[in-house]
Amino acid sequence: MVAVESDIVRELMNMGIEREIAELIAEEFDVSELSAGRDELLAAGVEEYYVDDILKILGIEEEGEVKFSDIELKVNRSSLPEKLKDELKSKLRVVRRKLSREKLDSILDRVEREYENAKVEPREAVGIVAAQSIGEPGTQMTLRTFHYAGVGAIYITLGLPRIIEIVDARRKPSTPAMKVRLRGEYASDRHKAEMLAMEIEETHIRDIAKVESSTEDMCVCVYPNKRELLRRGIGEEQVIDKIKSMDMPVQESEDGKLKIYTRNNSYHELLRLEERVSNMLVRGIEGIRRAIVRKSPDGEYMLYTEGSALKKVSKIEGVDFSRTTTNNIAEIAEVLGIEAARNAIIDEMMNTLEEQGLDVDARHVTLIADAMTVDGEVKQIGRHGLAGEKASVLSRAAFEVTVDNLLEAAIHGEIDELKGVTENVIVGQPIRLGTGAVELVAKNYNHRELS
Amino acid sequence: MRTKRIKAIKFGLLSPKEIRKMSAVKVITADTYGEDGFPIEMGLVNQQLGVIDPGLRCKTCGGRMGECPGHFGHIELAAPVIHVGYAKLIHRILTATCRECGRVLLSEEEKRRYLEAIERQREKQADVDEVVKHIFKEAAKNEVCMYCGEYFSIDAEGLDEELNNKSSVGSELRDRIEDRGFSVSKNALLRREIDPECLFCWSRVPGVDNERLLQFLIQDFELTWLKNAHISISKKDDKTLVIARGKRSVEFSLSAKRDRVTLNLEDGSSYEFPVKKEGTELFVYNFRWLITDKEKVYILKKVLNKLDIYCGVRQKQIKHEKPTTYKEIDEDGKERRLMPTDVRERLERIPDEDVELFGMDPKSARPEWMVLTVLPVPPVTARPSITLESGQRSEDDLTHKLVDIIRINQRFMENRDAGAPQLIIEDLWELLQYHVNTYFDNEIPGIPPARHRSGRPLKTMAQRLKGKEGRFRGSLSGKRVNFSARTVISPDPDIEIDEVGVPEEIAKELTITVNVTERNLELMRETVRRGSKNHPGANYVRRADGKKVKVTESNHETLAEELDIGWKVERHLVDGDIVLFNRQPSLHRLSIMAHYVRVMPGKTFRLNPAVCPPYNADYDGDEMNLHVLQTEEARAEAKILMEVQRNIISPRFGRPIIGGIHDYITGLFLLTRGERKFNKEEALDILRDIDIEDLGEPAGTMDDGSPYWTGKQIFSAILPSGFDLQFRGKVCVKCEERGLRCEKEKCPREAYVVIRDGKLISGVIDEMAIGSFKGMIIDRIFRVRGEEAAKKFIKKASRLAINYILQAGFSFGISDEDISREGKEEIREVIQEAEQKVERLIRAYEAEELEALPGRTVEETLELLIMQELGRARDEAGEIAGRYLGIENSGVLMAKSGARGSILNLTQMAACVGQQSVRGERIMRGYQDRTLPHFKPGDMSADARGFVRSSFKDGLSPAEYFFHAIGGREALVDTAVRTSQSGYFQRRLINALQDLEVKYDGTVRETRDTVVQFRYGEDGVDPSKSVGGKSVDIDEILREEIGASA
Repeated sequence: MVAVESDIVRELMNMGIEREIAELIAEEFDVSELSAGRDELLAAGVEEYYVDDILKILGIEEEGEVKFSDIELKVNRSSLPEKLKDELKSKLRVVRRKLSREKLDSILDRVEREYENAKVEPREAVGIVAAQSIGEPGTQMTLRTFHYAGVGAIYITLGLPRIIEIVDARRKPSTPAMKVRLRGEYASDRHKAEMLAMEIEETHIRDIAKVESSTEDMCVCVYPNKRELLRRGIGEEQVIDKIKSMDMPVQESEDGKLKIYTRNNSYHELLRLEERVSNMLVRGIEGIRRAIVRKSPDGEYMLYTEGSALKKVSKIEGVDFSRTTTNNIAEIAEVLGIEAARNAIIDEMMNTLEEQGLDVDARHVTLIADAMTVDGEVKQIGRHGLAGEKASVLSRAAFEVTVDNLLEAAIHGEIDELKGVTENVIVGQPIRLGTGAVELVAKNYNHRELS
Repeated sequence: MRTKRIKAIKFGLLSPKEIRKMSAVKVITADTYGEDGFPIEMGLVNQQLGVIDPGLRCKTCGGRMGECPGHFGHIELAAPVIHVGYAKLIHRILTATCRECGRVLLSEEEKRRYLEAIERQREKQADVDEVVKHIFKEAAKNEVCMYCGEYFSIDAEGLDEELNNKSSVGSELRDRIEDRGFSVSKNALLRREIDPECLFCWSRVPGVDNERLLQFLIQDFELTWLKNAHISISKKDDKTLVIARGKRSVEFSLSAKRDRVTLNLEDGSSYEFPVKKEGTELFVYNFRWLITDKEKVYILKKVLNKLDIYCGVRQKQIKHEKPTTYKEIDEDGKERRLMPTDVRERLERIPDEDVELFGMDPKSARPEWMVLTVLPVPPVTARPSITLESGQRSEDDLTHKLVDIIRINQRFMENRDAGAPQLIIEDLWELLQYHVNTYFDNEIPGIPPARHRSGRPLKTMAQRLKGKEGRFRGSLSGKRVNFSARTVISPDPDIEIDEVGVPEEIAKELTITVNVTERNLELMRETVRRGSKNHPGANYVRRADGKKVKVTESNHETLAEELDIGWKVERHLVDGDIVLFNRQPSLHRLSIMAHYVRVMPGKTFRLNPAVCPPYNADYDGDEMNLHVLQTEEARAEAKILMEVQRNIISPRFGRPIIGGIHDYITGLFLLTRGERKFNKEEALDILRDIDIEDLGEPAGTMDDGSPYWTGKQIFSAILPSGFDLQFRGKVCVKCEERGLRCEKEKCPREAYVVIRDGKLISGVIDEMAIGSFKGMIIDRIFRVRGEEAAKKFIKKASRLAINYILQAGFSFGISDEDISREGKEEIREVIQEAEQKVERLIRAYEAEELEALPGRTVEETLELLIMQELGRARDEAGEIAGRYLGIENSGVLMAKSGARGSILNLTQMAACVGQQSVRGERIMRGYQDRTLPHFKPGDMSADARGFVRSSFKDGLSPAEYFFHAIGGREALVDTAVRTSQSGYFQRRLINALQDLEVKYDGTVRETRDTVVQFRYGEDGVDPSKSVGGKSVDIDEILREEIGASA
């Protein structure tokens, strides 16, 4: 009996019913009694569209209706892409009561047919279409940098400069920024989130103390700013420890002032020392210039940061790394790999375009992202990347640095196979793409015979 | 018919041999034309190089001008010169190869590995540059030709010293000996004494045999490398051994006496080594202990030089002085110039197999070909001279440059033959190098560009190819075409969207070639008979024998009579011809579409306004281009792929890009808004000229009992029957997002459009319904009913809109921006209040009471708050203005319906222009602490920082005007920068992605067949066939199949 029950519970849970309710159902509506009915189930808090399947599991099958299993089975058997299958299944489940088996078949049939109709034709020059679709709205984009909607404090590059930055595959964006998601209490407790923000925000000595060099004593004087220290929750001893860790002669005075002496009394060294002291990191992650706590749309607290250091942030307690992102694509490629970088390119581009109110199909963006990342590294769209590494000499020469490309081609004894677009335009023959890729040979028939 | 295709183009360097071979003539005279006006023999415009003057014949091929493509000549350079383009590469090669033997300074093993790496890259059709770069770097590190072994990395002369100092080498030797279990007397080692008891000193030779003995010597030299060097050792006779490599050989004679073996070299020098015999076994004293290192080096060099193998030469540093000078630096820092002859000799020595290490193909590019001894002279057709009006000839820049080269070349030869001093020769050499350099590239950094007499820098080889107007981008990637026309466009809502109105004048100029057959013979006769001056006429006929005859006023009658089957007629453009229409910049494929011709009077191209969006055209003076298709294939392709109606859906986002604009939207908005009543006459008048069969039942009767129809009903008349659609219009204010319930059909704004069975049930037609970029109705009709239906609908909708707006009347003028006195007062109050608030903020700031926002300074906070306050004030003013203008105001109507303009535009015109900004901040620049002298220093008030409180209609105060100009300039600069930036951005994108294509297996690949995507866009769906990006509209299918949506 116990075994049977747990089977039922498991099956119910597979349908997406919460364990609690599943157990309740299994308990209340004993299989042996067969007493359960639709109304009772509804009363037990079961959502309507589960009822029939539960009845089936319980052995009280109502005939002739389309079951969840039918939908599952039939949709899975179709040749549709996974995403579409999922959408179709979830939508069919909702309207399941109105379906008949024939109807289900005909719907599936139509979806499959329409999907087939919507497919690209072979030989379609999708690259050009993608390039045009991203490039054409470029003229409509703004040039200015805007700050985050809602945050207001962090400036990030948007619009055309941002898009160009992405396809340039720069090592570092002009305004690196992260969205750090938090875990557990950090996400629900504003105070904890703020503590975390302070922990990762870089704090240099210069932020919390006045640093002066005195040529009189040949030393660098550090006057900790008590108010700042308090505000940031940093103890004075932390500062002292940090400075002592430098392994230089340090003298503490009663008023909290610290004197750091130079080793060989050179003026040059003094200046260097002053610089070194003021740039010393007391707390936080190098590169995170600012971290701000905001409520995310789903109600959790999260951090927006100016500056990016994905790897280091990932190791911070309370950070939900799986949902944390940065706008530095090179960093993502390094930390998470090329697939993640590809997705980051897509996300960043789509978000930038969307922010500008431009509607561009995701497929175009995916193609660009894929082209940039096929070789396992993020490649620029331009002279030093995709366009510069093309197989065709003529195409490269026609793009940029014409003379160098030709000189080099001669040295390498390169052979241009004339497979691409530009090459064929240059020599003046049809392009092997789209309609230019196919040939029709008409049979030489006799006109008179036909008539 | 199959056309021939060029399969591939191979690139390479021209070898001197090849240059001479392809040369038609050796050019030795710097002059061009003689006094008789004819080209001089052996001169630069020699008639054997091709002809550019009409009437002359080419002396090489006999062709006339236009037939003869031109032929190359050549100049024999008196002394070799470096090719500037390869100066850097030559330097790299020089530093990577041995100065004596020319081998690359890498071991066989390394070479093999690198060659494999290069091969791998080649297989992938990938760049070999990375590998080659690495090779250069590694090879340059080796200071000594390494085949002579590690030994030579020790300075031979310094060895003695080192040994005496018991330095590493000495102790290393000792270690090695002791490793083998022998003891060695330190003194013996140092003094190089023969210790007859030291076992290590004596190597056992099994049997007395010259060959073995020699091999033994080789071993003793530690020359294991000889094995890899294809060396053969053979016995000539009992006493002589031959070491050979290829055709070269060295003979050794070995004479063995009782206690010694003597090695005799060919030059007479000999070396003896002691031999010790013990029973039948022979021991030879180890070489390395016996002769000095100096001697070893000497012997080796002798042998190796003879054999032409690696020689162990210490390399010297080579300095490259840009652009084309090389200097070798001695150990003691002395510099010696490497003349091009030296460079060429060194490059010649590099063996083919080593050349491949530079990524070079020795067959198509030997390194020494980078040092020119012969210069090709391009055909005159490539550098035609032009005759000025004065009858004077003006030569091409290249010819000028060639003249310079020949002159110097001549002088060089004369001086050398006359035995001029070295200094003069070198100067001339340098000059020759300069001219050849500038002949190739006249923009080399560091050297002055060659100039024309007028002072203009010459355009030589590199300049011809380079850049936007260069050969590649200017002449090869972009070509000029015939059969095209360009003129201003103007609107014509009465033509179809896929038509273009062509002025008769243009139609008479552009032609289509028609083959005369029995079916069109009469028609063509009639066409030709009309001549070239009357519109549907013809300009040329081509007879069956291929002869082209111009149709003139005098011959058109006779030509018409003669016209026969098999002839061709170049007839004028007529109605219905398919042409391509284009507006630049051609940013996407919809910038060129196929239209059908409609010949019209006037001088402009006529275009239906609904097709403006894809071209991004307007009628403020825009010009567009038209191209006439010349082949049947082209016409078929244009019809199937490029017709306007086929391109209603943009591939960018999968929604219509063609649709109603401006008055089309306003008209339908006005018509379908509310329950406007029309009696039969009115209704039919509005529907005039639209193909309507049935108006439907009247909605009711008027007070006088006559039936009436509503605007929605009239609109329904143009909808296809059985058409269903629901969506939210532009006027929707998205109640649900604000937590309110959507009233759907009962929406007070009529934002919820419901169309059932081809009837507009509720909602008002606005931009969302029929506008371009949005056009829900057009979208659906296109998908369900096809492109023809969509085209018809757009036509009908625009006709309907115009008919109605014509009848209802619609205008917008300066008075439409008038706001009543109360309204103005209200706006003034709002702004004044905001200004006061700003004042308060400033006072708070000055009193240091202002609290900084997190992550901001106090100053930034202040600015932010002020901007917010003023922005809010303007918005409020706009709202007030909107209220006072009322919904019936033309401007408001246009903004609300999405026809044109925005509420912001109206606000600025009627209420308040608002804050002017530079880089997102209030205007700060100008004088110290103030923007204009009219303000006090440090004034941060709204007025002093660029807030414009007036409206455009009221007019701006001088200060406001000034601020507005500042902001306006930023906008202008922004636009200018953006266009150039985005243009380049798109060029890069296109260049990087243009070769990507969907293959028959559904993958996306580039020319190398590298898979970029396994399935296009992850689901293989064409965005232009998708429903706004979705592959299948499941909701729609469900709605249609079971009448319910999820």
